[in-house]
Amino acid sequence: MSTVFFVMRQALTYSIPLLIVALGGMFSERSGVVNIALEGIMVFGAFTSILFINSVQDTMSGQLLLLLALLIAGLSGILISLLHAYASINMKANQVISGTAINMLTPAVAIYVARMLQNVQQINFNNTFRIPKVSVLGDIPGLGDVLFKDAYITTYLGILILIVSTIVLYRTRFGLRLRACGEHPHAADSVGINVYKIRYAGVMISGFLAGIGGLIFVIPTSTNFNATVAGYGFLALAVLIFGQWKPMRILYASLFFGLMKAIASTYSSIPFLLNLGIPSNFFKMVPFVATLIVLAFTSKKSQGPKAAGIPYDKSLR
Amino acid sequence: MKRPDKLKETILSFLPSILAIVVGLLFGFVILLISNPGQALGGVSTIITGAFRDMRSIGRVMYFATPIVLTGLSVGFAFKTGLFNIGTPGQFIVGAFGAVLIGIKFPQLGSVHWIVALLVSIVFGALWALLPGILKAFANVHEVISSIMMNYIGMYLVNYLVQYNIYDRLRNQSMPVAKSAIIPRMGLDKIFPKSNVNAGFFVAILAVIVIYIILNKTTFGYELKAVGFNRHASKYAGINERRSIVLSMVIAGALAGLGGGLLHLAGTGKYIEVVDVLAAEGFTGIPVALLGMSNPIGILFSGLFIGFLTVGGDYLQLYDYVPEVIDIIVASIIYFSAFALIIRDVIQRRRLRLGGEKEQ
Repeated sequence: MSTVFFVMRQALTYSIPLLIVALGGMFSERSGVVNIALEGIMVFGAFTSILFINSVQDTMSGQLLLLLALLIAGLSGILISLLHAYASINMKANQVISGTAINMLTPAVAIYVARMLQNVQQINFNNTFRIPKVSVLGDIPGLGDVLFKDAYITTYLGILILIVSTIVLYRTRFGLRLRACGEHPHAADSVGINVYKIRYAGVMISGFLAGIGGLIFVIPTSTNFNATVAGYGFLALAVLIFGQWKPMRILYASLFFGLMKAIASTYSSIPFLLNLGIPSNFFKMVPFVATLIVLAFTSKKSQGPKAAGIPYDKSLR
Repeated sequence: MKRPDKLKETILSFLPSILAIVVGLLFGFVILLISNPGQALGGVSTIITGAFRDMRSIGRVMYFATPIVLTGLSVGFAFKTGLFNIGTPGQFIVGAFGAVLIGIKFPQLGSVHWIVALLVSIVFGALWALLPGILKAFANVHEVISSIMMNYIGMYLVNYLVQYNIYDRLRNQSMPVAKSAIIPRMGLDKIFPKSNVNAGFFVAILAVIVIYIILNKTTFGYELKAVGFNRHASKYAGINERRSIVLSMVIAGALAGLGGGLLHLAGTGKYIEVVDVLAAEGFTGIPVALLGMSNPIGILFSGLFIGFLTVGGDYLQLYDYVPEVIDIIVASIIYFSAFALIIRDVIQRRRLRLGGEKEQ
């Protein structure tokens, strides 16, 4: 039984950053701006916040430090996403080009600054953020083992972000306007909505969420930051499309992917899977193959936001 | 009268890229200035002139450019046909595996050994793009997501196949290929002594020409572009749009696969390492294609240009700079090249106004 809980905890560790970053991508794309820069923004958020942790960890530790670091990650994510917003909204640029530029830029900046500051590109940090067991809640059988043991507050943050995102997207005036700008910006403009502002907001939210997603990805999986988030931004993009640009479906997609990934990485401690004698490389393929199979059968009616990727030109109204 | 006009148009269409390069280099200069003011001037002039220092450096530019011209062509060709091929890392490494496998297992092929190995890399790369193509055409699966999945599947599959067929356990990489599988130098080592440039560069130029002809001079290429422009209208016009989508992906994959073959048969100590990292040359294809504006000839030059910056950046270490500044420069060039539309608009408006004044 404890193996099952272990796998499920692993699955959450993989799912939460995917969930948060894909939700970020959702805000950008549903406002009409394609954001393939998620990977680059994650790298930048992780870089600044881990640099911060690295420089203050002698005087601070634990959850307060983590919260401050999350804030820094989110703000630097916003900062870098403004580059993307300016190019794709004001300059009517090809959004793939500007996204690619950011994906190239941030790892290079991270390596450059780290090596200029400390000669090596890896930035080390002490992980003082793991909670061995939440009191009372951790004693609930089953649920407590999965959610409240060996946990990070980022897990609860992820769930909170999901709830807030769903409400914002479907139950607020801003959400309605955001969706309108992604489907038919000219119609939105004609009723007095400022398409540029809404799109800026969408991209900045995606910057914030991708920024903290970068930090959340790095903390449980490593003790140093090496200018990479291992393609998680691209995977989040896949989860976003897999999740049909809808919050709850994004949750399912990221849980599915996270579970597959957890099975792939913990199979050696599951006797049944180990005894199959399948080489480890095939287990590592499982999440990707499973996603492809599911997509092949569920995509027939898939359709993204209609106006995503098309710069809004007021004069064409 | 028509010809000079056309030439002028071509030059004008590349003007935004050139402007972006200038701004990007200036930006790099500012970074050098901030991090170490005393050396900045020497640093930036090294980036620009480093590649011209000697014949060896020029050869190195061509060597670096060869694989990324191919992955750039792959991405650019897909763009022209309305697809975003982000699957180049997977196609690249699967193609490389095909070439290396033949290169190790069939030394009896003799003088055509390397050619056969390259052809196999083309086939392997094409096969790796086949599934995303089919899924896009028949099941409406977004090619970006299926290509991303195929990248990882390809990486793990190649790791497995290398380990079980052609493994150098000590170095955790593929075994060296037979001598006959190494792409000949064809005298290039005489012109550019001590550099790694080889006939692979000619293969890259050949690929550029072939893709240029397909895209611009054939009905087939026209159909592919038409489907990319409007799938439904093309279908209405009698084009088999599903077949076109699959073929576009397959050709793009073939190009990336060939890139992998060219790099790994260069005889320069490049092996397939068994690590869980996607092939960087694949992703570099995206900026190469974008900078070349998806035009095959433009891609050849942008590939050479990025090779040129890479070589210049290597010499930067003499000045106590971190070579990653090159990546920052390339990224900012790409970023500013995204403003092409606005710049072209401004130029056109200017010309219209000037033209109008002349008529009066």
